[in-house]
Amino acid sequence: MKKKLLSRLGQSLIALLGVALLLFLMLRVVPGNPAAVMMGEHGDNAAIARMTAELGLDQPILTQFFRYIGDCFTGNFGTSYSLSKPVAELMGGAFLNTLWLALAAALFAWILGIACGVIAAVRKNGILDHLFMGVSLMGVSIPVFLTAMILQYFIAFRLHWLPIAGMDGWKSFILPAIALGWNSAGSVARLVRSTLLDILQEDYIDTARAKGRSQLGVLVFHALRNAMLPVVTMMALQLSGLLSGAVITETMFSINGIGRLAVQAISGRDIPLLQGTVLFSTAVVILGNLGADLLYTVLDPRIRKGGGPQ
Amino acid sequence: MKNRQKELAELHQRRLEDGNGPVSAFRADLFRMFRKNRAAALSVLVILLLILAAVFAPVLTPYSYDDMDLGNRLSPPSAAHLLGTDEGGRDILTRLLYGARISLLIGVVPTVVSILIGAALGTIAGWRGGITDTVIMRLADIVLAFPSMLLAMVIMFTLGDGLVNVFLTLALLNWAAVARVVRAETLRLKNTEYIEAARAIGVSGPVMLLRHILPNCLPTLIVLFTLNVPAAILTESSLSFLGMGIQPPSASWGLMVNAGKNYLYSAPWICAAPGLIIMVAVLAFNFLGDGLRDALDPHQKNR
Amino acid sequence: MEQNTLEISHLTVSFPTDRGGFRPVNDVSLTVRKGQIVGLVGESGCGKSMTARAVMGLIRSPGKVTGGQILLEGKDLLALNGKEMRSLRGNELAMVFQDPMTSLNPVVPVGKQVEEAILLHRRVSREEARKRTLEAFRNVGISEAEKRSRSYPHELSGGLRQRVMIAMAMVCCPRLLIADEPTTALDVIMEAQILQLMRQMRDRGTSILFISHNLGVIAQLCDYTCVMYAGRIAEQGDTRELFERPVHPYTRGLLGAVSSLDRKGEELETIRGSVPAPGSLPAGCPFGPRCGLCDETCRGACPEPREISPGHIVRCFHAGEVPV
Repeated sequence: MKKKLLSRLGQSLIALLGVALLLFLMLRVVPGNPAAVMMGEHGDNAAIARMTAELGLDQPILTQFFRYIGDCFTGNFGTSYSLSKPVAELMGGAFLNTLWLALAAALFAWILGIACGVIAAVRKNGILDHLFMGVSLMGVSIPVFLTAMILQYFIAFRLHWLPIAGMDGWKSFILPAIALGWNSAGSVARLVRSTLLDILQEDYIDTARAKGRSQLGVLVFHALRNAMLPVVTMMALQLSGLLSGAVITETMFSINGIGRLAVQAISGRDIPLLQGTVLFSTAVVILGNLGADLLYTVLDPRIRKGGGPQ
Repeated sequence: MKNRQKELAELHQRRLEDGNGPVSAFRADLFRMFRKNRAAALSVLVILLLILAAVFAPVLTPYSYDDMDLGNRLSPPSAAHLLGTDEGGRDILTRLLYGARISLLIGVVPTVVSILIGAALGTIAGWRGGITDTVIMRLADIVLAFPSMLLAMVIMFTLGDGLVNVFLTLALLNWAAVARVVRAETLRLKNTEYIEAARAIGVSGPVMLLRHILPNCLPTLIVLFTLNVPAAILTESSLSFLGMGIQPPSASWGLMVNAGKNYLYSAPWICAAPGLIIMVAVLAFNFLGDGLRDALDPHQKNR
Repeated sequence: MEQNTLEISHLTVSFPTDRGGFRPVNDVSLTVRKGQIVGLVGESGCGKSMTARAVMGLIRSPGKVTGGQILLEGKDLLALNGKEMRSLRGNELAMVFQDPMTSLNPVVPVGKQVEEAILLHRRVSREEARKRTLEAFRNVGISEAEKRSRSYPHELSGGLRQRVMIAMAMVCCPRLLIADEPTTALDVIMEAQILQLMRQMRDRGTSILFISHNLGVIAQLCDYTCVMYAGRIAEQGDTRELFERPVHPYTRGLLGAVSSLDRKGEELETIRGSVPAPGSLPAGCPFGPRCGLCDETCRGACPEPREISPGHIVRCFHAGEVPV
């Protein structure tokens, strides 16, 4: 058990290093000397050369990479060219905003998704089932920016219920959270439904009914408990999707989060900032996956206690 | 022992004789799906319409996709411009029709490339095992760890704008998931009787992969294809929406929404039409993919 | 007069199919007397389990009971509503399923699953329920009850899990226990122990409907035996009488197919052909196509049950005849 955990931890670490290396290499082949970009128009050749040496850009690429990684571990992600601030500082503030947005979106997605999924499964092939599954497929198919625009246009612009954009208290997080969570809600609903349908076929469901449990009791005490296992795994997978969607949502609702920072980095051709934001987001995803695996271990006694007959 | 060999050889022979076993069963499954699943049948219709629109765009509309008409900017839907005009006075319907060309190409080309790469690497990883497997699958893990949008942005940043680079980006993004699925399928098939049978009579590795493993992965690959096309369309539209994908004056649906977003409150039709058509196209492919998966996926059949 | 624990008469279960309905249980009548173990035997798919499910009210949609009557101590089960039926299930009416591997909830400790059955039907405290659970565990021969009750199903062997299932079924002292092939998934030693447990249950006053495809087990355990074929009961009678003087060709075939030590050297008889596919029963007697005695009468109509001696009922036109 311990061994398995350690190997899982090692795997995550290797993935993280691989991600960092891949990212580093990709951003190094971008045409144009970063030093020259940084100096802007008033840099003569000598100044650029000095800058290049200062940044260590004349060193072998692997040396540069390991130096970067070393710096990252001490919390130094370099300095943003375009915003002239330490990347770590920029990300620190942005991360909290993204975190709140993602949490709110996840909450919305989970409540809606689980409710619709359970109802659809219980009323299999009924009207509600077809309706919810049609809507959830639509939820999966709609681009985030369209959901965002529809919400902005109708809820904020036409009805004035909530702010169109900006970061003015918790109210301004509601629409972005719905826009971002909509896709996930669709996939959660579909997963919950199919998992639950499988579980309702299991023998222990018959046992529970034979004990005299009511339909609802069977669902709550026996089926849902088992259905939550795959759903937890999906939670981690969705983290990646939420961070992807946050890029668009944050841009559209003017929320200063990691995703918006990444977009700003690209338009400013700001390599340290881009590298920092992407590396950080990916690290969060990898950690999230690790966390989900651990959580799964806690939830499933078959894995927790390990082995046993069979 | 001898007997076992003979038995396996016979099994292999039988398998070869009804060689297109998986394929013809697959055709029957398809037929049954369309008869039972009306949503999937409707999706095929929608997809065909989109293809026709893309092919016959010049015939279907009197305008050209980059005809500026500055006297006629932001005009709402009318008889002359069924869906209105955009900020440059261009006819939106026309741009939608031409946009179908790009979106369908974006959907299909990179998906085919990523499936070819993913299938090749996945079968090799599953078949060879050992260090080959580890290297390929670790690489796939790394690609999959990135939030896809951010990775797409980084690759586009590195490669620069343009249609071909969007193709490349999407292909580089999607091969890993395909490789993972195909590897799992290969591992499953590797332990089946008839592969054992083929091995026992000395069929070589490459022949085995091409004649036995890959054809059996075909249903899985088709489902993956149908589900990856809409994912690619969505990613491209998001990239173009952020101004990092297709560049103007090309007509891409995502780009149209991007151009219209500044006029969302004064001329919402600019965003509405391309936004909705993206959803319809993606929805059609997703419905089809779902139907195909229900019909073809052997793991789900007993539900 | 002795009271009957369970009285099934003319029970029919139907499933709608593309080509009309299919009846996995067709006009089945049987009686379990108080303190009796009644065996229900037949090949897989003959409708044994479906009969059991019908009694429990656990037939899965789209199947449903379309005819007949089920009386539990005189109470008409089919006339009860959902709530009334639930209050009987696990209480006066309990069932043990075939596969102990899959019949327990994998994420709940087994003790809790037994407690659940108590708490659903008895107004007792958690501690009391726990005490009764441990007692039930000891009654079914689970050693270290305290420790085992905290185990998860995957940590127990198949035999232990089946004991847990029996403890769960017995914890409310039901009138009737339905055991659906409770020993099929177990090895011979376990089987013997479980059968011993069944006899103890009967001696404590629980009547048992015991379902099996194993004639040996039925012969050891049951007081009365029903042989089922293609949804109908082909022959029923006291176990001794049935095994010594079977009159239905199917029963004879089954018994002929059982190897026995005193017939060493003789070739085993088998029944030719195989069970007809569900929904494609032949016209007339369903056993006709596999029967050596089949003639025009048999192809024309399905024989009605008739009592050839007290308690010995058979559905065959040629009962007792010998094939030429």
